[in-house]
Amino acid sequence: MPLVETRFEHGVLVISLKGELDHHAVEQIRDNIERQLAENHYRGLVISFRNIEFMDSSGLGLILGRYRTVREHGGQMALCEVGASLRKLFEMSGLLKVLPVYDSEEVAVQAIQGA
Amino acid sequence: MSNYLRLQFPSKSENESLARITVASFVANLDPTMEELTELKTAVSEAVTNAIIHGYGEQAGEVTIECALFDHTVKVVIEDKGVGIADIDEARQPMYTSRPELERSGMGMTIMETFVDSIEIESTVGEGTRVTLIKTFGMSNDVM
Repeated sequence: MPLVETRFEHGVLVISLKGELDHHAVEQIRDNIERQLAENHYRGLVISFRNIEFMDSSGLGLILGRYRTVREHGGQMALCEVGASLRKLFEMSGLLKVLPVYDSEEVAVQAIQGA
Repeated sequence: MSNYLRLQFPSKSENESLARITVASFVANLDPTMEELTELKTAVSEAVTNAIIHGYGEQAGEVTIECALFDHTVKVVIEDKGVGIADIDEARQPMYTSRPELERSGMGMTIMETFVDSIEIESTVGEGTRVTLIKTFGMSNDVM
């Protein structure tokens, strides 16, 4: 089952995650995203959580790890389509202090393009 | 006690979803809200993940989950026979992780503390760790 859907939009890599984001799933997803970041020229990364049914702290580690990669590359990163239960996790972890969250992929991509 | 469950499985990461889904199914009759159910599943997922990656690491072992229902309250005990925790207070600090190479956020303990009503951690180095989570659903003030 594909856990990651990827598309490129004007230099912004848009990753749509699917399913349950736990420690087991994160290991495969991390390698997948890192490969995409290494193989492509990008100015930013948007991660969409629209199709995420469950997430624990493993997902927080995944996001912070990719944030590190993107920042080292000199790029911008944003999150979008975050449901209420995920937002609670993001707030608790302090993630919202370092990463912007947008309502839609479109707005997130525009924000990175305008940055 | 109105119902109970005992589940034992090898410390493989693919069993993390089995564990939280089983516990969620076990409490379904208490009619929890979606938010309460998500909180319980997340706390169980954190405890089971800790048992697998910190308790056992590269070693094979078994994780045991015992659940019991008391009126509107569930008690979930997650136990491993792994390496144990030397300093529980340190492990409970937000952002603390003993395995940064695994990209752990260090938020697992904080999430458990936030998402259940009470948590108890008992651990002996070289013998293992037992985490007890208690959560009451709805507005009931029933006590165990």
